[in-house]
Amino acid sequence: MQIFTCPFCGPREETEFHFAAEAGKRRPEPAETTSDADWADYLYMNAAPRRPAREVWVHLTCGEFFTMTRDTVTREVSDAAPLPGRER
Amino acid sequence: MKRYSALSLAAEGLRGHRGWKPAWRKARPAPEYDAIVVGGGGHGLATAYYLARNHGLRRVAVLEKGWIGGGNTGRNTTVVRSNYFYPESVALYDLALRLYEGLSKDLNFNVMLSQRGMLIAAHTPMQMEICARIANAMQLNGVDGALMGAEEALRRAPLLNRGPGARHACMGGIWQPRAGIARHDAVAWGYARAASSLGVDIVENCAVTDLLIEAGRVTGVGTDQGTIRAARVGLASAGATPGLAALAGVRLPVLTYALQAFVSEPVKPILDTVLLYLGTGTYVSQSDKGELVFGGGLDRVPTHGQRGNLPMQETVLSGLLEMFPAFAQLKLLRQWGGVVDVVPDSSPVIGPTGPEGLFLNCGWGTGGFKAIPAGGWLLAHLMATGRHHEISRPF
Amino acid sequence: MTGWRHDRFGTRIDRAAPLSFSFDGAPLTGFAGDTLASALLASGTRVLGRSFKYHRPRGLWGMGGEEPNAIFDVTHEGRTTPNVRATTHLLRDGMALRSVNTAPDALHDRGRLIDRLHRFLPGGFYYKTFMGLGWMRWEPMIRRMAGLGRLDPDHCPPADTPQLSARCEMLVIGAGPAGLAAARAAAKAGREVWLVDEAGALGGSLRWRGGIIGGGDWREFANETAAAVTAAGGRILTDTTLWGAFDHGLFAAWQRRTGAPDRHWRIRARETVLAAGAIERPLWFDRNDLPGIMSAEAALHHLVLFGAVAGRRIVLATANDASYPVAAALAGAGADVTLADARDACPAPPEGVAHLPSARLTGARGRTHVTGAQVNGRTIAADTVLVSGGYTPSVHLHSRAGGKLDWDAEADALVPRPGTSPLRVAGAANGGFGLARALAEGHRAGGGTGPAPGADGADWRLAAMRPDPALPGRQWLDPQNDVTLRDVRIAAQEGYRSVEHLKRYTTLGMATDQGRSANFAGLAAMAALTGRTITETGTTTYRPPFAPVPLSVIAGPRRGELFDPPRRLTLEPQHRAQGASFREYGGWLRPSAFGAGDEAALAQAEAGAARESVGLFDASPLGKIEVIGPGAADLLDYCSYVRLSTLKPGRARYGFILNETGIVHDDGVVFRLDADRFVVSASSSHAASVRMILEEARQDIIGPGRCFIHDVTAASVTLTVTGPRARDLLRAAGLPDAILDDATLPHMGVTETDWNGHPLRAARVSFTGDRSYELTVPARHGSALCDALDSARQQVDGRWIGMEAVMILRAEKGFILIGKDTDGLTMPHDLGWGGPRERRTDEYLGRRSLFTPEANAATRRQLVGPATDAADPLPTGAHLVPIEGPRRSLGFVTSSCFSPTLNRPVALALLEAGREKIGQEIGTFHMGETGRARVCESCALDPMGERLNA
Repeated sequence: MQIFTCPFCGPREETEFHFAAEAGKRRPEPAETTSDADWADYLYMNAAPRRPAREVWVHLTCGEFFTMTRDTVTREVSDAAPLPGRER
Repeated sequence: MKRYSALSLAAEGLRGHRGWKPAWRKARPAPEYDAIVVGGGGHGLATAYYLARNHGLRRVAVLEKGWIGGGNTGRNTTVVRSNYFYPESVALYDLALRLYEGLSKDLNFNVMLSQRGMLIAAHTPMQMEICARIANAMQLNGVDGALMGAEEALRRAPLLNRGPGARHACMGGIWQPRAGIARHDAVAWGYARAASSLGVDIVENCAVTDLLIEAGRVTGVGTDQGTIRAARVGLASAGATPGLAALAGVRLPVLTYALQAFVSEPVKPILDTVLLYLGTGTYVSQSDKGELVFGGGLDRVPTHGQRGNLPMQETVLSGLLEMFPAFAQLKLLRQWGGVVDVVPDSSPVIGPTGPEGLFLNCGWGTGGFKAIPAGGWLLAHLMATGRHHEISRPF
Repeated sequence: MTGWRHDRFGTRIDRAAPLSFSFDGAPLTGFAGDTLASALLASGTRVLGRSFKYHRPRGLWGMGGEEPNAIFDVTHEGRTTPNVRATTHLLRDGMALRSVNTAPDALHDRGRLIDRLHRFLPGGFYYKTFMGLGWMRWEPMIRRMAGLGRLDPDHCPPADTPQLSARCEMLVIGAGPAGLAAARAAAKAGREVWLVDEAGALGGSLRWRGGIIGGGDWREFANETAAAVTAAGGRILTDTTLWGAFDHGLFAAWQRRTGAPDRHWRIRARETVLAAGAIERPLWFDRNDLPGIMSAEAALHHLVLFGAVAGRRIVLATANDASYPVAAALAGAGADVTLADARDACPAPPEGVAHLPSARLTGARGRTHVTGAQVNGRTIAADTVLVSGGYTPSVHLHSRAGGKLDWDAEADALVPRPGTSPLRVAGAANGGFGLARALAEGHRAGGGTGPAPGADGADWRLAAMRPDPALPGRQWLDPQNDVTLRDVRIAAQEGYRSVEHLKRYTTLGMATDQGRSANFAGLAAMAALTGRTITETGTTTYRPPFAPVPLSVIAGPRRGELFDPPRRLTLEPQHRAQGASFREYGGWLRPSAFGAGDEAALAQAEAGAARESVGLFDASPLGKIEVIGPGAADLLDYCSYVRLSTLKPGRARYGFILNETGIVHDDGVVFRLDADRFVVSASSSHAASVRMILEEARQDIIGPGRCFIHDVTAASVTLTVTGPRARDLLRAAGLPDAILDDATLPHMGVTETDWNGHPLRAARVSFTGDRSYELTVPARHGSALCDALDSARQQVDGRWIGMEAVMILRAEKGFILIGKDTDGLTMPHDLGWGGPRERRTDEYLGRRSLFTPEANAATRRQLVGPATDAADPLPTGAHLVPIEGPRRSLGFVTSSCFSPTLNRPVALALLEAGREKIGQEIGTFHMGETGRARVCESCALDPMGERLNA
């Protein structure tokens, strides 16, 4: 049972969270003029990194999205923070 | 290759088993090959075998960072089946199943294919309707699929929960008679032995650290045992594939998750079919040794760590006991986790990618073991001819 | 008959409480406090079972979880439990023990003949044969022979294990000398310590080896420690197996209780001390598997705790100092003991013990049990051979927690590399064999300052013992799975040299003792055979659980309804009183039909009544998500396929929410209550995911300060009144005029009003195609609304209708159900909703994906309504196929029923290029049978929508 820390609620069990996306993925804008290939890349491609990973997670109970930095092998979490520009 | 048979076993028995040869040569890497397969799991070894057998390539190497069959090939619940919906998937998995059916003889290695049949069990009328949709699709694709009613399901699995408190009473489901289980390690060893006898070099403890690319063409790989040249490189390394592909600048639609498997203490035969319960997400079969081998969903946290956590264990085990309340007498003997490469549409990725000469076989998610012969067959076809096989084209 | 009961020894048994039990039908007696193992040992029973493969006789080996042989099916109070390990299970009066793998009993097992074929059945023989006729021909026989115990098909243990979570400052695993010293040091410093041990009492090996600690008896030390732990707010859990170490410092423990359900603990500790001790290794010689050959440590354990003496003429073969007290105790108990030490330089022998230095044990004599030992080429008659090949530290949890191991030549064992796991390891688990060292290491691990509790005696010295490939005969490495040194030799010869390959090829270490006695032997044998060191050969992966744990303990109480609790309606009691049958729909328990009789017939009647006059149904599970704030319209424009900012307050609009991949995620009606207040209806099973889609866009796209999202599904009750006389029913129920007047509440209108002093929301939306009112009140007023409508119902000939009838009504109209009439590929234009895709110019979720080549393909499956002239509906799940040409799937029937209104079957289907096939004939396929259908529009009833305002 991993413990993740929601920046808004505090430490909670992993079952309360859901992986949303790898951090840094930007929705191509304007989407309309984005090529099919670039759009598919945005939708489906992942780095799935070993070791350090920065990801967007959502705390299902409060509904807040936030970023988490963790090691995908040891599963140590080094940081959890609100999305850029968000206040707690 | 010394042939395996009852006769050779008897003869060796009389002379103290001194005559058995290594199942596969412990090869040291040569400086150059016609083709290199990265990953010594089932898919990689099968690829090498079919490269040699189907396409006559003789200078082939399999590079494995640890010991062969040590990844997901040796970490699954050994189910083989082709009860899928889309024609493309059915064609792929049924190719695998057909190859499995002849595999022991083909490889001269008993992979213990037990086609005891598999039931995907439904619990609501709506699930039964979906089961009908899939069973019909299987039939239209020429695969043995049938709808099974509750009575027959309970006859085949008499210990199923039929109490009044059952949360998910079995209504029947999809029955595939040809589905079953096979001995996972034997698949890896059998392919390794057969490939080795055709001249394939199987190099263990050799980690690939780099892909060599010159002018848009693959020219070889860098390893911790030095540089090895080849114009064709196939990646069949499951959860490690994204990292390797990234070396060639290739991104993949893959996320990696831990999938757990569980084994109970052995008991005398109590379950003669493979069972997947839609209501609980738990699947189970009984091994020839008598152990219940079971599993369920993925641990929901992306990871590269080969271990599982408690929440999914509780879900899978409670699901098993909900299906079979009498199994609560049993103890958990072993549990482990493998890292699976999951693609959004749950369809594998087979094809050329990035630089010329680089080929992929990944994204099997939780279905890699059952696909091994097909994955190898199709990747070998691609690597040898540079063109897709009819069955792998859609992927 | 060799083992016997001493009349003086036995700290754990109560001689005043004899217990009767039976083994393979033979009546025996033991005492309260006995384990199954000690009672059987004292009874003199030698052959306790048969091995897995060769059906060799098997006797008691050990004293705990390492026991590979003494495993029984135990019947007690009418219930049988398979595979009970005799060493860890307490005896109860009236127990019937049945040996495993035997017929008719352990001693006379018919399968023993298999052993004569052993030379043809080496490890992994099955990979080399059984291919000619196919494995399936042989498998049933092999399966019958394998498998240890028998499951009792009628025994369903209850799901009563509580799952408890706990935190503490320090967790100490193992309550032997090292664990006690650690717990004591920490507790005395005022720290909250949890001390956990598998055994029923504190002390570990002190319980049978004894010891003077700090000048007093060890019991004083243990009691003082227990008192200190309790005083500092800690807790002591005996009979508790710490079975798993998980991420982020979580430990799982199984606590066994007598007369109460077991418990499953999830413990998080700030610091953890591992003091799990070590397990004695066997020795390897010809026929070392015979009953009567036992662990020396175990013999002492059974003697001191239970007064069960292993034999009368005993040879004790060893190469370490730890066996000397064992020999002394057995001699003191009256046995004739010969101590055969492999070392040249040995300590002085205990009094009364025959001593053989430089003694090499090369074989055992006997057929069903041991009758002698071959030492230095001569046979010593003996009824019991005790062996000690050194000790293997229990490093399992250290490894599971990520720790590495190093070879320690002095301990002749792999020991934890300090600092590689979060656990601090102390005592024998650390390779420290000796009381003083255990106490010192424990004291330090517990954070103790100052001198550790003192004890006499030096560390035990030992010489390394290994399986010897040059020794003739059959040497067992894994007694349960029948893996011998020959099998490892063959594996090495065939190249299965990696430890994992060895395990998998020979099954060595895969038995129910989890390799406790076999793993080191296999590793050492492979090292010897390949001329490598143990470190070069490798170590096996330790897999959880530490010891076999009942599945029921980990599963906990999540069974039956608790497995996956269905959601329940506020008005369930009312519906039951109205005669409803319930079934699960989208995770909710809802009325399927009302009244007694055949459900399908009831549904037909209910649907007919709803079309004729009026039907009522509970629509509360419909997701209701409020979106409030100045940015609400922008958010919904972005998240919805149809534009919603153009919706006027008081009006409703039907639409879809797509994924970014363009796939229809959900459908539903959105109400605009005010300029900045909307309610999004979601399918009952999609409410949570729709909320998350809205949240993500709110936080990522629209800006979190501009609106709020609030899922209020559970806060209200919604009842739907549908049918031509719906308005009459509402009027009879006394609902306000604002609702009844079509001018103020037209179709697709919504209004909020007051009724009987509480808020009521009424909406004219229809899932049936008839005039319909969706009435929503706060949950606590649901029953009042229900009563009012029910009284009125009787005046207008109305009827409660279940979900089966609702499914008919909506199918007649071609209204879809997400996930049933759509699949993972369905886009809105496949459902006939191409308008926004063609006309909207602003950005919305999933839009880009609606214009990819796949989305534009002419072969997309589209929603149609196949019709037949047959009396029976098309089977749902049937496929649509070409009438001519090669048969392939063009699509499939997603919903199908008989329409009581149209008096013919209606159906919905997803069909490849279905729109352009409308009017054509198409083939159907179901379970091998073919037929024909006509492709029609999906809406079979009232396509102009005239009934909505009738």
